Amino acid sequence: MLSQRIIETIVGFFLLAAILAFVALAFKVSGLTSFFKQEGYDITAAFDDIGQLKVRGSVKIGGVTVGEVTAIKIDATSYKAIVTMRINAAINDIPTDSSASILTAGLLGDNYIAITPMYGKEFLKNGDEIQETHSAMILEKLIGQFLFSVSHPGEKSPNLPEEGAKI
Amino acid sequence: MKNLVEINKLAFQRNNRSIFKDVDIFIPKGKVTAIMGPSGTGKTTLLRLIGGQLLPNKGSIKVAGQEVPTLRRSALYLLRKRIGMLFQTGGLFTHLSVFENVAFPLREHTQLTNAMIRSLVLMKLEMVGLRGAMHLMPSELSGGMARRVALARAIALDPDLIMYDEPFSGQDPISMGVLVKLIRMLNDTLGLTTVIVSHDVQETLSIADYAYVISDGGVIGQGTASSINKDTSLQLQQFLRGLPDGPVAFHYPAPYSLEEDLMSETTDV
Amino acid sequence: MFNRIGMLGHIGLNVLEKYGRAGMILYRAIFRIPNISKGFPLVLQQIYAEGVLSLLIIVVSALFIGMVVALQGYHTLSKFGAAQQLGPLVALSVARELGPVVTALLFAGRAGSALAAEIGLMKATEQLSSMEMMAVDPLQRVIAPRFWGGFISMPLLTLIFNMVAIYGAYLVGVKWLGMDAGAFWSNMQSAVDFRLDIVNGIYKSVVFGAVVTWIALYQGYDAVPTSAGIANATTRTVVYSSLAVLGLDFVLTAMMIGGW
Repeated sequence: MLSQRIIETIVGFFLLAAILAFVALAFKVSGLTSFFKQEGYDITAAFDDIGQLKVRGSVKIGGVTVGEVTAIKIDATSYKAIVTMRINAAINDIPTDSSASILTAGLLGDNYIAITPMYGKEFLKNGDEIQETHSAMILEKLIGQFLFSVSHPGEKSPNLPEEGAKI
Repeated sequence: MKNLVEINKLAFQRNNRSIFKDVDIFIPKGKVTAIMGPSGTGKTTLLRLIGGQLLPNKGSIKVAGQEVPTLRRSALYLLRKRIGMLFQTGGLFTHLSVFENVAFPLREHTQLTNAMIRSLVLMKLEMVGLRGAMHLMPSELSGGMARRVALARAIALDPDLIMYDEPFSGQDPISMGVLVKLIRMLNDTLGLTTVIVSHDVQETLSIADYAYVISDGGVIGQGTASSINKDTSLQLQQFLRGLPDGPVAFHYPAPYSLEEDLMSETTDV
Repeated sequence: MFNRIGMLGHIGLNVLEKYGRAGMILYRAIFRIPNISKGFPLVLQQIYAEGVLSLLIIVVSALFIGMVVALQGYHTLSKFGAAQQLGPLVALSVARELGPVVTALLFAGRAGSALAAEIGLMKATEQLSSMEMMAVDPLQRVIAPRFWGGFISMPLLTLIFNMVAIYGAYLVGVKWLGMDAGAFWSNMQSAVDFRLDIVNGIYKSVVFGAVVTWIALYQGYDAVPTSAGIANATTRTVVYSSLAVLGLDFVLTAMMIGGW
């Protein structure tokens, strides 16, 4: 039978170990960042189709993560998906005429937003909207388009949106 | 008030088996009262009924004027602080030392400082002669010593009533003698009321002021030690003398006679 | 015929009675907590007995389970050229399922059986009865601290299990099989959601902790006070709580995925 003081000390260590594990799970494993609201500014973009994009998906410029998606909702009149993203405060010189596209990391990976900067002299600030957007590449649609073009050579695929044709 | 415990017309059943049918027992204040009887007659059950751990089917059990079966929990617990009970196996907490075992009721029910608890525990242990064993664990004690520690614990809160469940069973003659002496001494010096439940006739009668013998769910004899010894009831005499045959038959009742059982053709047992 | 129906009714009543008793024990263990100054040291002692003493088996099992999942996962994923996804695979399976469930099963085997045996023995040696006769409620003094001890220990053990298992996977994936450490962690971070995966896993472990401790305490408290009875109680503790954990895991997972 250990004395009460030793037991209290050991239980204290046990608790500490569990708290450390919890912190490690939160930050190292799940990459929790929303505990501390990151310094930054919000911008929005409207997409026709966001594919598998999710909240907390990353926003990249040239492959480097510069922010994350904070909200996704549907616009009731235009039926476009309005994606709100938070860009790190340090990246404050994205030109207003930049474009945003939804890409896939690898063949089966997560969707993310890639911003392609242009050459405008004005920069995006809090609440601005990126005008030029490209929807997600949907594998099924690509395959459908491919099959259609194979079986009907020379014809334009009928049931695809304009963006599909752009790809 | 002359009687500390009054049991009237008690009836108790367990699993459809009637253990007490119509029992009246009175335990006078300040005396040692023995309740004796063959094994399996529900002597321990009687103590549990008095302590409120079991509820009777009929009849009344009054301890210090309070009707035990109808008491609410808090009142029952208040009453139990005035009752000490020594269980057959002692019931010592195996994870606590001798000292902590005796200190247990004091720590639970009083706000005394550690120093006061220590001196109280030492006094109680001195009474049972085990002050030197206070740092031992219960597993290091002999059976007789364990019972004496349990006794010290039972009197830790200075109860009015102390009940012993088979205090002598399985003890060697020396520790039996020690226990006999202790029980009598504690009763007289602390002004306790004592109930002993036992089937060790001679030891029990040697210290009892009054004795009840119960068997088959009823009281079959009562009186002082000498009057009980003179009682002529066959049932009583068989129990007191330990006769192998009598009203309590040697043979467990069998449906057929021995000859019939031997001659029958069946092979199933 | 009527006899049979009668017997069925009798069995039904017996079962109901058992559930009733178990429910009463749980109710009293939860709501009749001893006061802080007396109860807190008792609960700490139980966290020590149930939590700290289970730590060794939990850590060792977690390490091996993490390593083996990583090994199996790596070989399967690399067939599809997706070995980079090893981090998410391990982290998700550990945080969502393996962590809470395996910890609960080990906890039932290590702490649950010990609890049931301890309480059964206390009953058999009349310790509980003599406590009752000393006007101390055994449910308050013995059962309640053990319940809270188990209830608190389980989530803590699960957290430690999760972390150790993921570390085991890291050892195999990065140190042994030579994956890139940065890819291992960053893929994990982008796939694991804090609330959906980590916190839901902890919710599960809280439920499992309460259920396993409850079953163990009930089996011990209701044991037939003989050696065979206590042996029965410990066996039943392990069997029932394992079944309860696996069954509840399905229900909880369905609830969490269904978004209740």
